[in-house]
Amino acid sequence: MTNTQRRTLQTILTHFVLIVLGLIFAAPFLWVISTAVKPIGETMTSPPKWIPSEIKLSNFPDAITYNSKELGYIPLLVYARNTIVVTILCVCGAVASNAIVAYSFARLKWRGRDTFFAITLATMMIPFPVLMVPTFSLFKALGWVGTFRPLWVPAFFGGAFNIFLLRQFFKTIPSELSEAAKIDGASEIRTFTSVVVPLARPALTVVAIFTFMGTWNDFLGPLIYLVDQKTFTLSLGLQAYQTQHGGTPWNLLMAATLLVILPLVIVFFFAQKVFIQGIATSGIK
Amino acid sequence: MNRRREARVGILFALPWILGFGIFLLYPILASLYYSFTNYSILRAPKWIGVSNYQELVGDKVFIQSMGNTLYYLIGAVPLGSVGAIGLAMLLNTKVKGIAFYRTLFYLPSLVPMVALGTLFMWVFNGDYGLLNSVLREMHISPPNWMGDPSWAKWTLIMISTWGCGQAMVIYLAALQDVPVSLYEAAELDGARLWQKTRNVTLPMISPVILFNVLMGMIGALQVFAVPYVMFPGGAPARSTYFFTSYLYDNAFQYQRMGYASAIGWVMFVITLTLTLISLKVSDRHVHYERS
Repeated sequence: MTNTQRRTLQTILTHFVLIVLGLIFAAPFLWVISTAVKPIGETMTSPPKWIPSEIKLSNFPDAITYNSKELGYIPLLVYARNTIVVTILCVCGAVASNAIVAYSFARLKWRGRDTFFAITLATMMIPFPVLMVPTFSLFKALGWVGTFRPLWVPAFFGGAFNIFLLRQFFKTIPSELSEAAKIDGASEIRTFTSVVVPLARPALTVVAIFTFMGTWNDFLGPLIYLVDQKTFTLSLGLQAYQTQHGGTPWNLLMAATLLVILPLVIVFFFAQKVFIQGIATSGIK
Repeated sequence: MNRRREARVGILFALPWILGFGIFLLYPILASLYYSFTNYSILRAPKWIGVSNYQELVGDKVFIQSMGNTLYYLIGAVPLGSVGAIGLAMLLNTKVKGIAFYRTLFYLPSLVPMVALGTLFMWVFNGDYGLLNSVLREMHISPPNWMGDPSWAKWTLIMISTWGCGQAMVIYLAALQDVPVSLYEAAELDGARLWQKTRNVTLPMISPVILFNVLMGMIGALQVFAVPYVMFPGGAPARSTYFFTSYLYDNAFQYQRMGYASAIGWVMFVITLTLTLISLKVSDRHVHYERS
């Protein structure tokens, strides 16, 4: 076999594997989409029916206004608003606080800095459940249980993983640049905001996306801290469609699921280039 | 700028994290350690009871079972997820048409909220009318009752976690793109084939990332909660999907036994730490760090 032939064969083989695996990965999604536009009667057929006899786009508005005898009204739009509020606060908090802390770890000299950074890395090993009880007690004592505050306030204090990621990135920015700014009389804050931050956009995007996804998808946090159904977030609210006694409106549940996933897919689609570039040039690897 | 001022600015900049570390890490760790020696519900103040919580844990069948389940899950999910993520990343690192589309496709599962994942897979794995079993029947394979059979239920969760390996995959992909092409060219000159290049160039070059991902995967697996919570209420069937975090959550927020829950948290912490240290020790000889 010549080299060109081998290469062609390899390309065909790669495509074949990618398509087969792609189908396995895509199947559940296609199933969600298919179910989301089905009439309720076709959701539980065996063998499964991929193409519904009619495309019921009305499932989407129905999912938003769903009203059942057992559960009462499920305010999906209220859940969406709650989720958006918490997510925006978390993303802003995480980007701002992690950037400024990482800058200190990467660029400024102070006593104990390296020791403290080592401790920061070690904290990544602490499982969240260990901290769950005291953190809950703390927020309970503050009277914050039942509000959104336990979900977003901690984001403003930075997180080990993001600090680590940004620090690695900041270290790659030539120090001549910030020194030049300082010689021109820029303060430390000015140097940070006008030299380092613009250059670090890919890494900051990674932090923003990770935070966005983490918050949008968070389940345990809202489960612990939110009490009133009107304050639920989407990931918690989705569960309301499921009933223990059967009769779950699967088509509406899947329509709602699709609405929850959609913003994540859109954000990822538009940000993916910066996102992968950000990971490639930052500290994770 | 003089040194003193730089130090002041440095600490000032690090202040959010220093405060966050104190409030959300150091204080809870110490408090949880203290609570683990107390009888404590959110309504009553903690009462010191010494090591009773830990003594009770040793004889607690539910706890032992949840620990076994968690380790079983970890041993299944971490290697499968790692091999899956590395394999996919290598596949996605090739230059073929439409690769950006495939990358998005394989990453997509990592974007789906855990709860949505749970509901979605209750469907796929349903014994009677589930998607997977319909396909298997089509292929004349008599399928198991995934979610109803205790021996298959954990594997259902392991498969779901493997399906969602995109997060690690993206990180591997970034690492692969950083391996110098010259190394492959040199290996090719020496007549190395695909497997030899993988073994002698790719894997050593990305070994620090493998270690990072495996550690993160283990820590994540020990904390598995949302998908089983949604798919298998109460750890059904026969508590085969009842994990560390499930039991901790139930003790803290269902049975009002927060001291006991804290003790479970500490056992979990010690196990996490032990596994991490073992991995670091074992990997010491195999992880290749570039000198830079």
